[in-house]
Amino acid sequence: MAGRLATGGPALGAGPLLGRRGLGRNADPLFALLTAAAGSTVLVILGFMILTTTMTALPAFQSQGISFITSTDWDPSAGRFGILAFIYGTLVTSAIAVILAVPLSLGVALYVTEAAPRRLRSPITYLVDLLAAVPSVIYGLWGVFVFLPLFLQPASAFLGRFLGFVPIFAGPSSGLSYFGAGVVLAIMIVPIITALAREILLTVPTEDKYAAYALGATRWEMIRGVVLPRSRVGIVGAIMLGLGRALGETIAVALLIGARPQISASIVQPGYSMAAVIANQFQEATEPHIRALVGVGVVLFGITILVNVGARLIVMRMERS
Amino acid sequence: MSAADVPVPAEAGRTSGEVSVLGRRPARRRVWTDRLATAGLVAAVIMVLVPLGLILFTIARRGLATISWEFLTQPMPYSLRKEGGGLLNSALGTFLMVGLATVFSVPLGVLAAVYLAEYGKKNTLAGVIRFFTDVMTGVPSVFVGLFIYTALVAQIGFGALVGAIALSIIMLPIIVRSSEEMLRLVPSELKDASYALGAAKWQTVSKVVLPSALPGITTGVLLAVARAAGETAPLILTALGSFKIVTTLVGEPISALPLAILSGARNPFAAGQARAWAGALELLVIVLVFTILARVIASRSRISS
Repeated sequence: MAGRLATGGPALGAGPLLGRRGLGRNADPLFALLTAAAGSTVLVILGFMILTTTMTALPAFQSQGISFITSTDWDPSAGRFGILAFIYGTLVTSAIAVILAVPLSLGVALYVTEAAPRRLRSPITYLVDLLAAVPSVIYGLWGVFVFLPLFLQPASAFLGRFLGFVPIFAGPSSGLSYFGAGVVLAIMIVPIITALAREILLTVPTEDKYAAYALGATRWEMIRGVVLPRSRVGIVGAIMLGLGRALGETIAVALLIGARPQISASIVQPGYSMAAVIANQFQEATEPHIRALVGVGVVLFGITILVNVGARLIVMRMERS
Repeated sequence: MSAADVPVPAEAGRTSGEVSVLGRRPARRRVWTDRLATAGLVAAVIMVLVPLGLILFTIARRGLATISWEFLTQPMPYSLRKEGGGLLNSALGTFLMVGLATVFSVPLGVLAAVYLAEYGKKNTLAGVIRFFTDVMTGVPSVFVGLFIYTALVAQIGFGALVGAIALSIIMLPIIVRSSEEMLRLVPSELKDASYALGAAKWQTVSKVVLPSALPGITTGVLLAVARAAGETAPLILTALGSFKIVTTLVGEPISALPLAILSGARNPFAAGQARAWAGALELLVIVLVFTILARVIASRSRISS
């Protein structure tokens, strides 16, 4: 249809009707080339991105060897750069964020698609999307001056006092911690997971839902029996995209994680993340330190790319079926 | 229409309850499970909306306490301890860099989208570009900052231009993917009509397809602008920050609203913090204006998602 007519376009275009002006019969191939070149710049930028950063970080990788990623000893003045504590902090805060955000996001997405009164659907969707529009630095500012004294300090004190015997809650804590950063990250990724999950839930065929109701299912049984199994793969993709965002989130984490290069089993203790150490230390860094920070970025990039590519492949497979 | 609009569900459990098809559990328990689950969903919505309300409320209250005509029209004082002054230099920096980034990324992004939508239906290169554009959306913004630092800042120094290039790399994939979606929604009848009149493909794209998709493309661009205006991490590594009003594009560090908010949040001085809150209100208003404008344009046009 359109495709067949489109291929007929160029031959006609050079004809007398409209073709007198401009570049004549070469215009169409040139236009195709121009757009293809524009499209390819994305690939060029991405390739260049990987190349320059890796080249810059190479001396750091070479001088530190494998200890770059297996050591927790980060001492820029002594030239020792082990980033394990940062990797650990990034993974722990992101895990906390995902664990908190997934039930909330799925709850909101299910409510909006299956349970909410019609009038409430678009306002709720709109408000949740608004959360995604708030810049990261504003979450950081609010986190430090409002959320920390109002919620994190009492919550950490409570956890330390009553659950302190559990290693992951061992205190004492100032509130600046993996937990604090993770909670704010959760607020930031909820809108991302919700928006994607909502779109996936909407693709469940209405007939299947009616069929479940016709069998006498309650709404919850219908959701568990029809909606969730049908959309499981897509929801996993949505969660992974949220995870990808949490891994790379910088400013809010930098302000709330406590900025201490250590590994602690307790989530109410301070730590450090990869993105946060780059943002916090870059401005004061000199030559070998800068290269090590670029190296941190390369490792972070590698991890987020793995998660993102995985998520995209899942979503693509989902779209095809 | 979705299944929830059907009037039966709530009663369904009760009427067929005694001869339960699913689960063979007593009807009353099934109905209560259902109610509990619905309550859980409502609780999730409330738990998500409470932080949003708290954030908006705090920003408005603390921001309004400091924001004034002086704040909007004066640059930063030279010390975070000093009271008074404003963040005009930062706001101008944000406008300058986001404006430049838009100029860089929109033509490139829209042309790339034309390629994906018009030439790339069964084309391997287009498939690869589409996939990596999606991947690029997920690249941490701090890494984009590192890239521009190693590629450009190390040679020509900090400044507005390198900051704008970093922001344009963040905007580019958003614009490409949203524009592609909008271009695909242009009805093929319109294109066929254009070809039937003897128009070449480039004429059809530039005079029929792009104008029809313009509102949708604008929506994507506005959302990308809102995103770029709030970015902090890449600017730390490229724009660096400054107390002055900067008009040079290259070689002179420049401030931006997110950078000013960050330095206020990191320091213990009350005057600096007060300016950070007012700056946060200013930034939030800018971001929300662009976001809401995007929504309004999207809802008014026929070709939009």
